[in-house]
Parts: sequence; C-alpha cells; structure tokens
Amino acid sequence: MRTWITPGGVHPPENKHQSLTMPIGTLPLPEKLLIPLSQHIGTPAVPCVEVGKKVLKGQKIAEASGPLSVPMHAPTSGTISAIEHRPIAHSSGMLAPCIEITSDGRDKWKKHEGFKDVENATPAALVKAIGDAGIAGMGGAGFPSAVKLSPGYQRPIHTLIINATECEPYITADDSAIRERAAEIIEGIGILSHILGNPSNIMIGIEDNKPEAIAALEPHVEDTGISVVSFPTKYPSGGEKQLIYILTGKEIPSGDLPADIGMVCVNIGTTYAVKRAIVDGEPLISRVTTMTGDACGINRNYETLIGTPVSHMLANSEFNKETCSRLVMGGPMMGFSLTSADVPIVKTTNCILAPSYDEIPDDEPAQPCIRCGMCAEACPVSLLPQQLFWYSQADDHERLEAHNLFDCIECGACSYVCPSNIPLVQHYRHSKGEIQKARAEKVRSDHARERFEFHQQRIEQAEKDKEAKRTARREAAEKAKAKAAASPEKSASTAGGGAADIIAAAQARAAAKKVSPEQQQAKFERSIAGAEMRLQMAEEKLADAGDGHSDEQKNILTAAVEGARQKLEQAKGRLAEHIKQHNGEQVD
Amino acid sequence: MAFKQISSPHAHASQNTAKVMQLVLWATIPGLIALTIHFGWGSLINLVLATVTAVIAEALIIKLRGRPVSFYLKDYSAVLTAVLLGLALPPLAPWWVVVVGTLFSIVIAKQLYGGLGYNPFNPAMVGYVVLLISFPIQMTTWVTPAALLPEGISHPGLIESVQIVFSGLNPADGVTGATPLDSFKYADGLLVDQIYAQNPLFSQAAFAGVGWEWVNIGFLIGGLVLLASRIFTWHGPVAMLAAMTLMSVIFYDGGSSDSPGSALMHLFSGATMMGAFFIMTDPVSSAVSNRGRLIYGALIGVLVYIIRAWGTYPDAIAFAVLLANFAAPFIDNYTLPRTYGYTDRRRATEKEEDS
Repeated sequence: MRTWITPGGVHPPENKHQSLTMPIGTLPLPEKLLIPLSQHIGTPAVPCVEVGKKVLKGQKIAEASGPLSVPMHAPTSGTISAIEHRPIAHSSGMLAPCIEITSDGRDKWKKHEGFKDVENATPAALVKAIGDAGIAGMGGAGFPSAVKLSPGYQRPIHTLIINATECEPYITADDSAIRERAAEIIEGIGILSHILGNPSNIMIGIEDNKPEAIAALEPHVEDTGISVVSFPTKYPSGGEKQLIYILTGKEIPSGDLPADIGMVCVNIGTTYAVKRAIVDGEPLISRVTTMTGDACGINRNYETLIGTPVSHMLANSEFNKETCSRLVMGGPMMGFSLTSADVPIVKTTNCILAPSYDEIPDDEPAQPCIRCGMCAEACPVSLLPQQLFWYSQADDHERLEAHNLFDCIECGACSYVCPSNIPLVQHYRHSKGEIQKARAEKVRSDHARERFEFHQQRIEQAEKDKEAKRTARREAAEKAKAKAAASPEKSASTAGGGAADIIAAAQARAAAKKVSPEQQQAKFERSIAGAEMRLQMAEEKLADAGDGHSDEQKNILTAAVEGARQKLEQAKGRLAEHIKQHNGEQVD
Repeated sequence: MAFKQISSPHAHASQNTAKVMQLVLWATIPGLIALTIHFGWGSLINLVLATVTAVIAEALIIKLRGRPVSFYLKDYSAVLTAVLLGLALPPLAPWWVVVVGTLFSIVIAKQLYGGLGYNPFNPAMVGYVVLLISFPIQMTTWVTPAALLPEGISHPGLIESVQIVFSGLNPADGVTGATPLDSFKYADGLLVDQIYAQNPLFSQAAFAGVGWEWVNIGFLIGGLVLLASRIFTWHGPVAMLAAMTLMSVIFYDGGSSDSPGSALMHLFSGATMMGAFFIMTDPVSSAVSNRGRLIYGALIGVLVYIIRAWGTYPDAIAFAVLLANFAAPFIDNYTLPRTYGYTDRRRATEKEEDS
C-alpha cells in the first residue's frame, strides 16, 4: 500500500531490543496504589468513595465529571486509605488529588460481565460502556476515548487509523502487546469500527522495525477489511498528524481535529482496552508499561496496575540508583523526567526509562545558536526552529505566532540534532505559556474595558433621558401656566380649594414619575440594543481569536458569546412580555 | 529517591558545534594543498598567522566580556574565521596585513556584535573587504603560479617566505603577477579567443586559468564533502553557481572584446568555489530557510558576476556576500516554509502588519 513521506524526522538509536527479550510479565501486587483523579485531558474525576471503604478490584472509585472526563476504578481489592493531594507524574513535580488504596492482597474482582451480543449493540451503548470503563487514549495524550468515538460528528468517518507506530526509542509496550494479544486487538478494532459506522478504510500503521508484530497481526486481519500498513522507521512518525499524513497523504488543517476530515486515529493499546471493556466488562485498571534502561538489571514489559508506584517497579527490576542518570516517564524524546520515584503509573504511562550515564549523559551546556539549520531539516512540521528560538529569546510574540509556534508538536527532533545543545523545546514551551498568559490577560482586560465602556454609555443615556424628562416637564408646566393665564376665572374659582390643589399636583408628579408603558418599552429596547452590541463584540473577538489560540481560550470566548446570546434572549423575552402585557391592557 | 529534573528530549545526536567547525576546517585541506602547490608557502603562513592572531584576540575579548574563555575557544569558530581569511588573502602578503584583517574580523565583525551566532556579517569577509579598501596594492599582488614562473626562478622556500612576510623583503622578480580575472578584466580590445591564445595563464591552462582551476577544484571537493556530511544543504551553493553560470552564458557576448568571459572561467577562477562552499554557507549571516537560501545564493551569484563584469574589482565574492548579508533578514521575512496543516506559507511580518 502506498505511503507518504513526512518532511524532517530523525533516526535516534532504537534501543528496543533490550526490553523484548522476555514476554510481558506481571509485578508482585504493591502494598499501596495511588490513583490520581486526573490521568487524562479534561476535568478530573470526582471520588465516589470515602476513606476506610472497602473496594473490590474493578469497582468504580471516582466518577467522571462532565463530558470531557473519565471515571477511575480500583486496580485491586483493598481499603481506601487516603484521599488527598500527592505528588504525581508531572514535569513540574506538582501535587494533585489522588485516591490511595491499601491492597488486601486478595486481588478480588467485583462481579463483571461484558456485552453478550456486541454485533447488535448500539454504538451509543458501546460508547457509554467505553466511557464507564474509564478509557482514555493510551498513546500518551490521554484524550477520553468515548469523546473521540462519540457519534454526532458533522461528517461521517471514512477512515479509522490504528496507531501502532511506537516511534519513540526504547518503548516496546505496543510491540509486545501486539505480539501476544493480536487477536484481542483486532477484536477491539472491530468494535471501534462498529461504533464509527464501519469506516470504509481501516488501517493499522506500524513502523517496519517491528516485523514480529506485523507477522502477528497479519493472520488476524484476513477477511476483516483491516490493512496492516508498514512504513520506514523514522521519529516522529507516531504523532497523530504525521501518521495520518504517512498513511493517507492528507494533512489535518491547523487547529482542526482528524474527525474534521473524516478520520479517527486511535492508539493500538486503546483498542485492547476497548476489547476488555466491551467483551469482558473490565474497566481500564492496568496497562502494558515498558521498564527499560541500563540502570535496571531487568528490562521488560509489565502488565502494570494503574497506580503502581514507579519505585515498586524499579525495586522489582534490579534498579541501581548510582548508575541512573535520570528517571524518565515516557521515551527519551518526549518523556518527562521524574524527580521522585514515588509517583504512580497512570493510564498514559507507556514506559519508565532509567538510563545509565553512558546511555544518556547529563546535558552539555548550551552553546550559541549558529543558525546551521539542522533543526529545520529535522522538523516534521516544517517550522524554522532556529527562528523560533531567536524570537523566543526576544519574547517577540508576534513573530513567534507568524512562525507558527503553536503548530510545534514538541517532538524534540530539533533539540536532538542541535549541535549547540540548545534545549529548544524548553524555550518553545516557555513561549507558548507566555503567549497564552498574555492572551488570557488580553481577554480579561478587553472584557473589563467593554464593561466600562458600556457603563459609560448607560450613564450618558440615563443623563439624556433625565434631561428629556426635565424638558418635557418644564414645557408642560409652561403650557399649564399659559392655560391658567388664559382662563383666570376658573383658576380664581378654585382658588379656595388649596388642599385639593396640592393633592392634584402631587398626583400629577406621581404620574410623571411613573414610567409610561412607552418609556418602559424604550428601556427594554435599549437593553436589547446593548445586549446585541455585546454579543457582536464577543463574536468578533471569537472570530479574531482564529488560529493559534489555545482551546482553553477559545472555550472562554465561546462561553462569552453564549453568555451574551443568552442575555440577549432574556432581554428580548422581557420586551415580548411587556408588549404582551401592555397590549393586554389595551384590550381590556 | 530524588532525581534530576531535565527537560525533554533526553537523547541527543552526537553532533556538536566544535565538530561542525572542525569538519569545515578539514574540508579546506584540498584547497590549501592546491594553493600551496601552485602558489607556494604563502597561504600556509597566512593561515598560521591568522589563526594565532584570532585565537589570542578571541581569548582577550571573551575575557574582557567576562565569559568563560576555554568554553568559547573550544567551539573553533575563531580558528575557522582565521583559516578562511588566511586562504582568501594573497600569499606572501605582509604580516601586518594578515594581523590587521584578522583583528578586524574577530574583534569588530564578530565579538563587538555579540560573538558567535550574533554577527550579521561574515567576519572573514568583513576583514577581507577592510583590507582590500585600505591596502589595495598589497591585496592585489598575487603570486605567479609555479608553472608560469620565469626560467630559473622558483617560489621562495618556507624560510625565505617567512622572511618576506615579516621583513618586507621583496620576492624575486616574476614571482608576483596578475590573476586570470585581473588579466581578463584589463585585456581591453582583445577578443576572448585572443586572450586565451596570448596569455599563458589561459593558454597553458586545462580550462580556466593555470593554478586557479585546481584551487577551485580543491575547494569544490572539500565543499562536496561538507554537502555529503549535511553540514549545509545544497540550496545556497547550487543557487549561487547556477546564477553565475546563467549570467555568464547570457552576457558571454559571443566572445567579443567586451565579453566578461566564459562560464567556465567564472566558475573556476578567483574565489568562486571557496565562496560557494565555505563563505556563503556561513549559516550565521545567511538566510535561514531553504527557499531563502536559494534566493540568497542566487543574489550572491548575480552580484559576483555584476561586479566582476562591470565593476572596478576583478573579484567580488566578499562584496557580494556582504551585500547579501544585508538582505538576509529581509529575505527571511518572505521565505517561511509552509507548515503542516496550512495551505499557504506565512510571512514573518504578518502579525505586525495586522496590528
């Protein structure tokens, strides 16, 4: 089958053989497991258990909160021993809410069963089951799978791509899983295909450095319409955008999702989790994780319970702290360093890398950039990393955006080839953060300015209205005076009734003060005009946001538009109500 | 257990800046050998003198700037600048010419702008142009190729050459003479064929000028090695040489007495190949994108030809490169590559113009 070649890319030493000498193993049950409530993109799960409660393996311990979230399940049976903030696997070493389970050693499953008749199950029911099983993309980003598979896309899905590229050096989690579990993986792909309305094109993309895995898949895809497509090994072919291009020759427009061009891309580890969830009724509580690096005597893949402390894994792999140059969660290209081994394995952890100093020495100090352009030759998305670096140092946000900083996938190919050892990706991350901060501030200040301007406008309008009322009153008074002068007898005849006069005058004043229906209507119309103006401004800002803005900011702006629209609706509703009442009065 | 916090990627290729510079230095050897064979020891002396000067000057300035001296010296950039200048200067030039040029390159053109990576102009060429304008006589006195020396006269030996360089001793008559580009430029009233027949520089040459053709072949070989090692991409050199070829074909003028000369002569005379593979490929001062480097290279090729054909200087690599250095940031603004997921390339100035 034809494949396309992405620009750039690098060929770091693969180092995959070390962890492939043994089949997937299991670790002894850890004493305590720590389940972070946020292991995915989206909102954290909410605990549905209390400290002290006994749970069974597979039992739900935290609920999904909102549409972009996944629930968490107990990876083993035991007692909830803590619900608190703990250090998690994050590059900043930050604390995050976690549930700690003290294992009872029995590893006793809760009662569970899968779909009996998957073929006739509705996609919606399957998607719900996938969501309930807590499955989030296992390739690294951790996007909730149920959301990705949800029906309701504007365009039908014609291509389903299964990502078995595993292009990062050292990692062999997918490779070993395919070798041992090809049948179940293909079954999982069948379920995904059913959910997506049987896309005409289903491809498993895999690099040609995994001949055993390819051979394992081949007998199972016969007569399934699934094709196994291998292509030359090059980092980063496993990026979603890169893989889609390699297999289809199509690019996802900047800022769009694959679904926008009728494609869905799923990691192959996720397909296995889907099979377990649908056919066996098992939630996602374990995954294959590669333990590798020369600082460990044992390099292999483990079927690892989510929540297993990294230290537990190291302790069972003949780890030697003295020779370990750094501890990495993920691969050597995009993985992030862990400052502590107490953090747990999560749903997205495909590898723990404990290299020796010989394998990955400490970084050399950075030298000046000589703009040699090796980074540009290595960039898989055709950026100019040397220019981005230059403008990043100068904090020139406009230039950075014009040079498509936000299309950088942070694959690290540029830093990998840089002869001056410049940590380019670190600079880009910093600049992305700075720009996002600046944008958020701008949104806030714009909002404040608008409110202020609107406030000013309202005060002016109120001033004008008062003035108009005053004028009207003055004119009315003058008219009345003129009338009185014209008929002095009448006024004289009533001169005696001073008290009645006062009352009448007070009534007239009250009448003047009471807003007439017309005035009330005008007020409503003004508020509609104001709401319309705010809606328009919010929409313009959303349109301006255009490319480059983060999803988060777009969400804020979208919410602002929605809010403005609702206010407008309310204002219109009030006017309609008023008109109805007023007309009703007239009818009466 | 505490571990170091280090940003990804963790793996690095074994390439480093010093290795890049060293490879470029090695690649000058074929050119240097050709220069030495055909023009004597002068180039080697230039090279040593310039290198010593450059290293001392660089170390002093780095010290003055309060930076770690050995860290910066180890990048070999000063040595490379010195070697390129030394190769470009006339053999047997007085020592002070070499020293002044090198000092200007390192101190003014490089370090005063911020050191390696921050110089907008090619330092070696700045030094060269300063010398050319200040000391035209010393800078245009070239050694006669060995094959064309008068009967009984040979190039001075190494010791004698050192004496000439340092004591201002004049070399024997006939040891210095015109270059092919000089001869061609000042051979007014002669048809191209007549020049080729009468001037031994051409009549005894294989195709472009005695000695010079081999020097250019030497730099071409070194350049191809660098190209194969991916030290630079083909875009700049190919664009420059293609532009020069195109210009000299268009304006060949049928070999009349006004003809600026054949393409072959322009490609293999003067500093063409050294310029194409060692000078204009200096990444710091050139355009950055591949598309940009095509334009940048073509600009240099056209400028070199224009100055050679219709300017007052016989060769023009230095001027052309410096002029193109001026243009590089401008070229960069309009030659961004098309990023994945975009239908069109963007302009670097897009956002500024919007706001």
